[in-house]
Amino acid sequence: MSIQTSNQPLLAADGRPLKQSLSRALRRQKLRALALVAPLLVFVMLTFVLPICNMLFRSVENDIVSNIMPYTVNALESWTAEPDTLPDEAIFKAAFYDLSVAAKAKEHTKLGTRLNYEQTGISSTFRKSGRALSKSGKALAKEFDALDPRWNKAETFFELFTTDEADRQASDQNILDRQLFRLNQLKGQAYDPLPNFELAREKTAALPLTAREYGYWALFTSLEKNKDFTKGKVTEALYVALTDDLQNPQNKAYIDRLTGPSAELVKTAAAYFETQPNLNYAKLMKDVNKNWAEPVVWETIKLHSSRYTNGYFLNAVDMRKTADGPAVQPESKQILLILFQRTVKMSLIITVSCILLGYPVAWLLANLPMRTSNLLMILVLLPFWTSLLVRTSAWKVMLQQQGVINEVLVWLGLVATDNRLEIINNQFGTIIAMTHILLPFMILPMYSVMQTIPASYVRAAKSLGATNWTAFWRVYFPQSVPGIGAGSILVFILAIGYYITPEIVGGTEGVFISNRIAYHISSSLNWGLAAALGAILLTVVLVLYWAYDKIVGIDNVKLG
Amino acid sequence: MAKSSKNAFVKFQRVQKSYDGETLVVKDLNLELPKGEFLTMLGPSGSGKTTCLMMLAGFETATHGDILLDGVSINNIPPHQRGIGMVFQNYALFPHMTVAENLAFPLEVRKIAKAERETKIIRALEMVEMGSFAGRRPSQLSGGQQQRIALARALVFEPELVLMDEPLGALDKQLREKMQFEITNLAHALGITVVYVTHDQTEALTMSDRVAVFNDGRIQQLASPDSLYEEPENSFVAQFIGENNTLDGEVKNLSKNMAVVQLDDGSLIDCKPVNVKKVGERTRVSIRPERVEYNKKRINKQAHTLTAEVLEFIYMGDIFRTRLRVAGNDDFIIKTRNAPDQQRLTAGQQIEIGWLPKDCRALDA
Repeated sequence: MSIQTSNQPLLAADGRPLKQSLSRALRRQKLRALALVAPLLVFVMLTFVLPICNMLFRSVENDIVSNIMPYTVNALESWTAEPDTLPDEAIFKAAFYDLSVAAKAKEHTKLGTRLNYEQTGISSTFRKSGRALSKSGKALAKEFDALDPRWNKAETFFELFTTDEADRQASDQNILDRQLFRLNQLKGQAYDPLPNFELAREKTAALPLTAREYGYWALFTSLEKNKDFTKGKVTEALYVALTDDLQNPQNKAYIDRLTGPSAELVKTAAAYFETQPNLNYAKLMKDVNKNWAEPVVWETIKLHSSRYTNGYFLNAVDMRKTADGPAVQPESKQILLILFQRTVKMSLIITVSCILLGYPVAWLLANLPMRTSNLLMILVLLPFWTSLLVRTSAWKVMLQQQGVINEVLVWLGLVATDNRLEIINNQFGTIIAMTHILLPFMILPMYSVMQTIPASYVRAAKSLGATNWTAFWRVYFPQSVPGIGAGSILVFILAIGYYITPEIVGGTEGVFISNRIAYHISSSLNWGLAAALGAILLTVVLVLYWAYDKIVGIDNVKLG
Repeated sequence: MAKSSKNAFVKFQRVQKSYDGETLVVKDLNLELPKGEFLTMLGPSGSGKTTCLMMLAGFETATHGDILLDGVSINNIPPHQRGIGMVFQNYALFPHMTVAENLAFPLEVRKIAKAERETKIIRALEMVEMGSFAGRRPSQLSGGQQQRIALARALVFEPELVLMDEPLGALDKQLREKMQFEITNLAHALGITVVYVTHDQTEALTMSDRVAVFNDGRIQQLASPDSLYEEPENSFVAQFIGENNTLDGEVKNLSKNMAVVQLDDGSLIDCKPVNVKKVGERTRVSIRPERVEYNKKRINKQAHTLTAEVLEFIYMGDIFRTRLRVAGNDDFIIKTRNAPDQQRLTAGQQIEIGWLPKDCRALDA
């Protein structure tokens, strides 16, 4: 008898292929199961996974430099930093307009703060420049006012650049689109374009820089400030741009060709400024703040201008980004690696202490008669019903120099009153308090594993001739190892990310990496570095978890 | 008494056990067994048989009395120094060790050299026909295989006394019967003394040299399987071992070999007095189902006869099982062999049944 192997797929009763029918049936089951967990899944995604991903993304995100100084970043691309060499005029020019715009939008200090993480002191340069930038425009504004008082009015600029309704063909929408994008990037918002506002093509050809800056200013004033940009005065930087345009020989032909009501005004001003000394942006910037004459400022900007950076991760491991690639931080700034090492070392000590203290308790819980073990279980669970903060503070009361333990030791005469034990605000205090707080997380998994070990194993071992110790060590202990494993993973992972307890009882010696993360989140506001530290911590935990799975096997972990 | 004490290998002397200080689980236990005997402790659950075994193994201490092993009191000897092999109900094979490591365990703790250890392990495994399973883990074995390994482990260090606590309880019927046979053969071949606890009376009857029937913390009867079945000394044993018919009545006349009992419906029957002491006492008469005949040709001339009504006739292949109403008892069962000349009955039929007075035992009420 032989079985014919056919290439035809097996068919279900209704003639469909069996595999297809099966997967249909299973899919329905899966969908039903998914519907049950969907609310929780959505909740977890929205409140947990997405914020974490968003936060972790900040560790590489670095678009603040290119958003706030787009023209500068663009101009710096071709510049290579050499020692004691200043960038050329074009870069100073780009930076002047970028910073003027940023200062008006009050965004320049943010960039200063960001770059200050990399180059200490740079934030004051940005902050001071913000105030001084308008001054350089004011002097030129006065010269224009002297030429013709009409230059003093925003109305004049509006008439100069806008075109008639009828003449749509002659408008230059391109410039406005780009300036709207510039505004959106700077403020991190998406504004709608301004209706009925166009720049005439012949004007933008004659005065390209002024047109660009005016376009931006008009959008900014109207959309962000909600003011009428055709009334009052224009921003001071526009006079600098206008001077630049009038002195630029490339524009001369276009200016000569200008017609219309404002043409004469422009031509008069052009004739005047031809006789004046040429605009020097480098000098302008040096007058704003002498630090702009330092090449290191420009190097810093260039180094951190890319939209994505590994700088935060380098910082997180006590390194920094330099023009020559990653370098080790100066010794005075190295703290994070030490903190990482300390966190791992102390978490290991805490885990081991928990094993040593928890194992006998778990054994008692599993082996005492029900009534006694229930009472003991309540004692184990009692800390869970007390606030973490209260328990930690209680340790503070116990351990401080004038605290319960020291007082008792002094009273007993074991310790001299002027030589009290220092058992808090150091690593010892953190280890004691955290061992106490994490102990239940060790005991409970151990207990649930030990409960499943029948008493007959130890009895069998004894009947076979093993002493109490041998029966325990060779028979009972190996079977309780999965509980130790589960408890250790739980305690270690909790310990490595612990924050409150080291903060309260750790002093400076006993703090963990998480305290540093909290510092960067809430005090220094360096979220990028905080995110990088968090990402490294997460990776360490995942790697340890993976290693544990390889060595012990996660199947051997029993939590209940 | 002095003579038997000398031969006793295991001896319980007035042993009592209480867990809570209020009730006795074991009441005044006296038991002696000679070397090489296979003794079964049989009884319903809660009768104290497992407690006795645990006291012998050393996992429970006797509240009162002495337990002697080879003439020495072992009350204060911890279990691991008693040198008693033990087979547990759930086998208790160490799950984290292989079969060979399980067997090596008792040898290692006795500090036996590696080479000798290995020969002993191989010999023990071959004894239970599991020679090729040394490298397996207990979880990779079937129930019956685990049972054999547990047996081998209890025997590998060559104890003189082996205790077995319902070792076949978790096996299916066929495997159980096979293992019963194997354990008995092995015990006899090795000449070891075995104390075996079970609640399965068939197991007790087929395996043991002697059976101690436990109830209510006492040994009700200690005897060989045949005398236990055929000559039960009280109604508990009669009821507990095998199938049994009972008729309640009152002793009317009593001599050394004969008691006349008036049943509750007024009929008089002759019985063998076993557990009755005086005339006028209530008694429960016990007759085994297979000792009752209804075929006129087979009823012995000396047999005592009564009329009965057939309530149910069940054909079971090798035997017929008939339920009758006899002297007011609706559950009177008789078993007859399916012989070629055997008469078959129908429900409602009136018949005459008979038995020999010696098969009819007057016991305590």
